[in-house]
Amino acid sequence: MNVPEDLLYTKDHEWARIEGDNAVIGITDFAQDSLGDITFIDLPKQGAELKQSEWCATVESVKAASDVYAPLSGQVVKVNSELAEHPELVNKSAYDKGWFAVIKISDMSQKGKLMSPAQYKEYTEGLSK
Amino acid sequence: MRLIFEKSSPGRRGVSLPELDVPFSAVLDEKYCRKEPACLPEVSELDAVRHFSNLSRMNFSVDTNFYPLGSCTMKYNPKFTEAAAAMDEFSSLHPLLPQLLGGGMLAQGALEVLYNTEHLLCEITGMDAFSTQPLAGAHGELTGVMLVSAYHKDKGRKRKYVIVPDSSHGTNPASASIAGYDVVVVPTGKDGFMDMERYKQVLSEDVAAVMLTCPDTLGFFNPGIKEITDLAHKAGALMYYDGANLNAVLGKCRPADMGFDIMHINLHKTFATPHGGGGPGSGPVGVRGELADFLPISRVVRRDDGTFALDYSRRKTIGYIAPFYGNFGVILKAYAYMLALGKDGLIQVSENAVLSANYCLARLKEHYLPAYAKERCMHECVLSASAQLGKGVHALDIAKYLIDKGFHPPTIYFPLIVKEAMMVEPTETESKEMLDTFIEAMIEASKLAGADPDALHSAPVSMPVKRLDETAAARQPDLRWQAKSK
Repeated sequence: MNVPEDLLYTKDHEWARIEGDNAVIGITDFAQDSLGDITFIDLPKQGAELKQSEWCATVESVKAASDVYAPLSGQVVKVNSELAEHPELVNKSAYDKGWFAVIKISDMSQKGKLMSPAQYKEYTEGLSK
Repeated sequence: MRLIFEKSSPGRRGVSLPELDVPFSAVLDEKYCRKEPACLPEVSELDAVRHFSNLSRMNFSVDTNFYPLGSCTMKYNPKFTEAAAAMDEFSSLHPLLPQLLGGGMLAQGALEVLYNTEHLLCEITGMDAFSTQPLAGAHGELTGVMLVSAYHKDKGRKRKYVIVPDSSHGTNPASASIAGYDVVVVPTGKDGFMDMERYKQVLSEDVAAVMLTCPDTLGFFNPGIKEITDLAHKAGALMYYDGANLNAVLGKCRPADMGFDIMHINLHKTFATPHGGGGPGSGPVGVRGELADFLPISRVVRRDDGTFALDYSRRKTIGYIAPFYGNFGVILKAYAYMLALGKDGLIQVSENAVLSANYCLARLKEHYLPAYAKERCMHECVLSASAQLGKGVHALDIAKYLIDKGFHPPTIYFPLIVKEAMMVEPTETESKEMLDTFIEAMIEASKLAGADPDALHSAPVSMPVKRLDETAAARQPDLRWQAKSK
């Protein structure tokens, strides 16, 4: 399972890449693999205020529809409009082309609630048992 | 098989209409008329009969095959209930009759059926009042949550949240959300039941209701159910019972005694009415105590002289939720089923349903991982194909293989919290021989996963269509036949 070193993670399998005041967010390789082929993604609107651990997107796959929660609080400054036409990008490239949105982080201290790559790796290994 | 449009031949007709023998008059303004013909299929009567007869023979149903679709309770529908619903005295009644002056006296039989059905459902569940009006299970749920809302409003309380466990049916959070509540999801603990610590944390004076099934979606009866309902009542919240799993407990225990205040029943899941492909369904909603004041109108009442009538004068009612009095024919079939089986018969239904599921669990647990390490289940058992995953075989592949063996696949990938879930609900009507044949096919699939996984990947091979590309179907849906441009 691919767990890049430069990201932070949630137990609900979202990731955040912090770039200055902003964070790029998406779902992990583990998440896309468990969901199977993704067929539709309902993304947050640009300008929407996200709250940490609350709804930010819904992902539909051939197996199920699942909610995605915001890893950090903040305002959505950009969404990945490519995903509307090509939801499979999340399956193919969960950490790169399959990003969901960029948010302007409103509370940097929330970083403390996220998992490091090592912690997330250990967490997902526990789930696979 | 070709579509009926593709069998069309220009000018071919199923009927020959006589010459027009009255003066022609255009009844519609030209702007409402289409410019081009509607491109309907042009076939003979025999073409149409063959087409639809052959289509019907491709149907997979309880009448043709074993159908262990977990959580959906695909019960066999005994044919005598069809006979009851087809009786001219019922099928020819006009639905407006009870609302016309004196018309109620011409529909006493039908009104009595509604009244008696509501009271039988009360006896079975311990509720104080039922309305048979909701037109499907999800409609019953929405009605139930609207009752929750009306109740709190009447008490002058503003409450924001509805609690559901993460194993719940998707309709529970959906109904709560459509009714205007925010949904709080409580995870399932390691023991397979709702995490009580988390439940206590989220329960507050802001919670309007807690929605649960019992036995739950994992097929287990929660021994702590009374504690859950007591805690909710202490916080002033109502307990909502999703009756989807009622088939496991008929005559054994009653939702009202567990502490539930509101519930719905899917008549098709418990009282053997047809499981419609979109309807007509029926999802009666039942309540305790003062909640009866809020039930939708009209209510069927028995007057002092023993006659039946519809009552519309209910001050606190949530109002109208359905045209007429629900899907009457479906309610009638459920009534016939309850009367024919009686108390002992209904108890036996649940006993046999639970026995069948446990038989499947006992014989299959060596081959597939049970979702939770419990010796017994209720009316359905949840297994996981995660042990087969290492060999590249998914629950989906096993499901498709079962089609080749003549079985409708069990529910897969639900409950969402079980990896590679396969949910088997055999129901009460299958013989031991049928269960054995199914179990052997499941065991065979597990062996093939090790020996020849590709055989599973290519299934089904015996059907009119082979493995469908479900991803492409979802990403690029092709939903409608379109005439090729000339």
